[in-house]
Amino acid sequence: MDLQGLVAIWVGKVTILASRLLGKGGSTFPGRVARRIDPDLLRKLAHLPKQGNVMVSGTNGKTTTARMISSILEAAGLKVVHNRAGANLLVGITAAFLAKASWWGSLEADLGLVEVDEATVPAAARELAPRLAVVTNFFRDQLDRYGELEHTFSFIREGLELLPAEGNAILNADDPLVASLVEFSPAQVTFYGLEDASLASQEEETRDVRFCRHCGERLDYGQTYYAHLGWYRCPGCGFRRPDLDYAVRQTIRGSRGSRLEILTPRGELEAEISVPGVYNIYNALAAVATTMSLGISREVVAKGLQAFVTSFGRMEHLLIRNREVFLALVKNPTGFNAVIKTLLEGEERKNVLIAINDKYADGTDISWLWDVDFERLATAEERVNFILTSGIRAEDMAVRLKYAGFPVEKLAMQNDLGSALEEGLTRAGEGGTLYILPTYTALLEIREVINKLGYGRRFWQE
Amino acid sequence: MSDLKISVCHLYPDLMNLYGDRGNIIAFTRRCQWHGIETKIQSVTLNQVVDFAEFDFIFMGGGQDREQQAICYDFQQVKGTSLAEAVEAGVALLGICGAYQLLGRYYKTGEGEELPGLQILDVWTEAGDRRMIGNIVEESDLFPGRAKTLVGFENHSGRTFLGPKVRPLGRVLVGYGNNGEDGTEGAAYRHAIGTYLHGSALPKNPWLTDLLIAWSLERRYGAVTLSELDDEIEERAHQAAQRRAQETWGKIKAGVK
Ligand SMILES: [Zn+2]
Repeated sequence: MDLQGLVAIWVGKVTILASRLLGKGGSTFPGRVARRIDPDLLRKLAHLPKQGNVMVSGTNGKTTTARMISSILEAAGLKVVHNRAGANLLVGITAAFLAKASWWGSLEADLGLVEVDEATVPAAARELAPRLAVVTNFFRDQLDRYGELEHTFSFIREGLELLPAEGNAILNADDPLVASLVEFSPAQVTFYGLEDASLASQEEETRDVRFCRHCGERLDYGQTYYAHLGWYRCPGCGFRRPDLDYAVRQTIRGSRGSRLEILTPRGELEAEISVPGVYNIYNALAAVATTMSLGISREVVAKGLQAFVTSFGRMEHLLIRNREVFLALVKNPTGFNAVIKTLLEGEERKNVLIAINDKYADGTDISWLWDVDFERLATAEERVNFILTSGIRAEDMAVRLKYAGFPVEKLAMQNDLGSALEEGLTRAGEGGTLYILPTYTALLEIREVINKLGYGRRFWQE
Repeated sequence: MSDLKISVCHLYPDLMNLYGDRGNIIAFTRRCQWHGIETKIQSVTLNQVVDFAEFDFIFMGGGQDREQQAICYDFQQVKGTSLAEAVEAGVALLGICGAYQLLGRYYKTGEGEELPGLQILDVWTEAGDRRMIGNIVEESDLFPGRAKTLVGFENHSGRTFLGPKVRPLGRVLVGYGNNGEDGTEGAAYRHAIGTYLHGSALPKNPWLTDLLIAWSLERRYGAVTLSELDDEIEERAHQAAQRRAQETWGKIKAGVK
């Protein structure tokens, strides 16, 4: 490490300590400070892990996939540098490396495991020089930041083009746009996908229609597993779902997880995952394909997956003043719909606080709220005591619920998150349960409020 | 007021469904329901031949470029003439963003190629290299009595210009509007409106929804006075959106992210 890099590390690490002492959990700020001193710092730190770096991208499932990979790597006894959920821009990634670096500029890590925001992929690929890249899927997501799906596609394409020839690209074959990336990868491509008809979606979901990238024809779907993920074929040019290297062949599903039978290039693998939902089967499969491509044995992969535990869905569970509080980040229609489904499970009546911000990290366009299936919540209205809307866009959220058919009498607006939390806890009552569904920056604010009240963990300790 | 019916056509719901534009259909049908008007929605997509004059209200949301090309062809070959006739006959229409551009005379690409539009609105669009993204507030003269504000979120790089046969939907108070230059946003001709407003456009602008409902009734029932609704939540959201637009624009101008 040269002097400029060392100074950047020192200042960055002092900033980490200082923000901890001040009780601020700002996780990316140290990265920003350090990069200002040495713009090449990440580049310098990123070539220290002995086995190189792994980059996880795509619109949905990055965090869970990366955490599953991390759990497997841990089971394999590897030391990993891993950026936290949400901290997936360059400053956040730099901060993660900074936190693991020593004061004299060494890094005790075997592998860097980095979740990367789509728009950051080209820059991250240049600075991290990853040996392996995973692409999970392309859902329409956070559209105002990137314009269109095509832009997201070209960001990720640019990142893949930077992979070394001896590297690996792990692609979700069931997503036609992800599968179309194959021709841009100089690295060896590995496809994963589902081949279990019992997982096929029975619901007539409003599937996002997809067109062939090669000839523009509308794709025909044999079956879909989740939204637009499935078996497809182009009637125009014959482009179709590629053959799979890693395939889920059979699944036994339970309410709290699934048992998977996965066909791999090195034989059958049986694995259990403790999270429900088809999207988590995709996440697990991506993690299996990634870690086996890194050379980890089937036995260790199965063990690592089993060790992966998360609270139900991605909900965090806290106890505040004798009220059970569930916190779940909402950031796009697909994710929000999943949270609503989970929320409505169980017979007890629900108390709900939804906090919508429209800052840059949330997505400044809140139109996506109209694509969320709040009608489902309105239909089950007799099982909901109240919905409190909060955040910068509390009023928009209230309008959305009113037009979904949710009774106006059970709606209240409170822009200030602290007051909303207070009101929510009071109305939930002693022994009651409060579900809090915030967008990204609203989640950070709420955690800060909860920390100040003296409940919950400080959130850099996750 | 009873037995009023509105037949709604949702054009290309499977293709033009960006940015929550289906919120417009939700808002339109909900308000009809609250006004005591029955609605019937029919989805119409590629290759379907329909007589658009049989509808009272036609809605089309924004789409992505790739999908817009497929629609462009279908529009011209299959639906164009009938749709133009319907608009001339006074059928109400709302087209958002990409749909707005398609309703115009042409779209000129970055390479200078002119892709013909439907020529229903006397507007044309030129590809631009800057993306116009952000909250927008405009003032519209379309309403009987007095001017009203409209709020939304715009996200487009195409720059649209108005010909003499249309009037602007509104004058931009905060935001970019049609082209970022002349202070106009959207276009109106007879009972057809094209606009860049996402948000969705209708829920937070209930007077625009009601105007479209009144227009939709006019051909069959003449001028109908709609019942008063309690719009407290909508109006608060409208005010909040105006404040937010001013705040975010202040920030954009000051160069702070
Ligand atoms: Zn094709």
